[in-house]
Amino acid sequence: MPILEAAALEKSFGGNQVLRDISFEVNQGEVLSVIGPSGSGKSTLLRCVTLLETIDGGRIAYGDLTMAENNEAGRAVYSASPVLQQIRRRFGLVFQNFNLFPHFTVLRNLTEAPVRVLGTPRGEAEERALALLDKVGLSGRETAYPCELSGGQQQRVAIARALNMQPDILFFDEPTSALDPELTGEILKVIRGLADEHMTMVIVTHEMSFARDVSDRVLFMDGGVIVEQGDPRQVIEHPLNERTRAFLSRFHQE
Amino acid sequence: MPIDNFMKMLLQMLEASAVTLELFALTLLFSLPLGLLVAFGRMSKRWYIQWPVRFYLLIMRGTPLILQLVFFYFGLNALFPINRFVAAVVAFALNYAAYFAEIYRGGIEAIPDGQREAAQVLGFTRAQTFGHILLPQVIKNILPAMGNEFMVLVKDTALAQAIGVMELFRLAFNITSREFTILPIFVAGLFYLIMNALVSKGFSIAEKKMGYYR
Repeated sequence: MPILEAAALEKSFGGNQVLRDISFEVNQGEVLSVIGPSGSGKSTLLRCVTLLETIDGGRIAYGDLTMAENNEAGRAVYSASPVLQQIRRRFGLVFQNFNLFPHFTVLRNLTEAPVRVLGTPRGEAEERALALLDKVGLSGRETAYPCELSGGQQQRVAIARALNMQPDILFFDEPTSALDPELTGEILKVIRGLADEHMTMVIVTHEMSFARDVSDRVLFMDGGVIVEQGDPRQVIEHPLNERTRAFLSRFHQE
Repeated sequence: MPIDNFMKMLLQMLEASAVTLELFALTLLFSLPLGLLVAFGRMSKRWYIQWPVRFYLLIMRGTPLILQLVFFYFGLNALFPINRFVAAVVAFALNYAAYFAEIYRGGIEAIPDGQREAAQVLGFTRAQTFGHILLPQVIKNILPAMGNEFMVLVKDTALAQAIGVMELFRLAFNITSREFTILPIFVAGLFYLIMNALVSKGFSIAEKKMGYYR
């Protein structure tokens, strides 16, 4: 059973349709990258599968839990909130702008949700948090506040915060777009490390060579539709579709 | 003024200051939570909640507090006998809740959406998100505006004399007109100044305490 299943997603803002007939699956241990120009609907797609936006039509399911599916009239109906709350425990999301809690220390940013939401004993949550901080190269910074960290460090804390909830799948929404170019490397290295451990991930990114190297599958979106998807080397190096080729030509010139 | 008369006056003024401080404290006790409730009402997407709240805010902020005091005292008195001091607390609490509500709203709306979204994705309930994630940041945001409001309230308590509450200003004024000396008014001014110096100090300590993060 796929970890995430999305079928025939439709989403409009007012009269503006931003997602049309989007279908894809993510399987255990798979890394999926979503690429495409700005405004193509990538971020909206991510926000829909993480319950930050609602879909108008289609079906979204996490394993055996259905988030939303169409009624007879073809309108998406969401499951009851206890189910949605259960679904939230299955995924994590890393934002473009980190969104760390500024009034908490690094450690508390990592432990607050496990303790309050999952009921993890504080000692256990802290132990795991320290191990995760070590993994993202920030051991010793647990008592710092987010404002004392660089953007790259904040984003690594945000990744650790998401991981401390022990999600089945981790989403990244342009994780390096808010960072200075010299800081993107440290984030990509952490994500690559997670891929090596077979963490299931969906990464919306503009880093083409990273997407090519780290993902099992690449999905190219434009104008709210999936134009092309498949093997990363094939999609990025030898795109079949004209729009994919046009989009990637800039990247290939660099 | 003979020294024992002066001592007697000081004692009376301290007693009247206690009335002033009670009015100040009780107003805050009721208006701070009420203001939060009003702020939620003002931000509600339901028109039948938002519109009455907007009307309330307009009335409370759009008419003189002294008028509201008189209105509540005589208006409530027409329904049932009411103590002057109680009427003053009711009027002050309703009036200040309106100002606090708008300050809260400003503080809440200044928090980036990403904070709420991050909390939601991590599975926090709405109550947890507000209590643990948003509120601490809101309090930090609104401290300077709240400091202002608290200091204005210390001075506004003098308006309660309009419905016959014997607070610090009324007492000083009475002694001044009886004894033909402005000394009591001057001393009352010093008392208000001391109270507000303490309020101001309290807020600067609080701001420093909240300054550990940006």
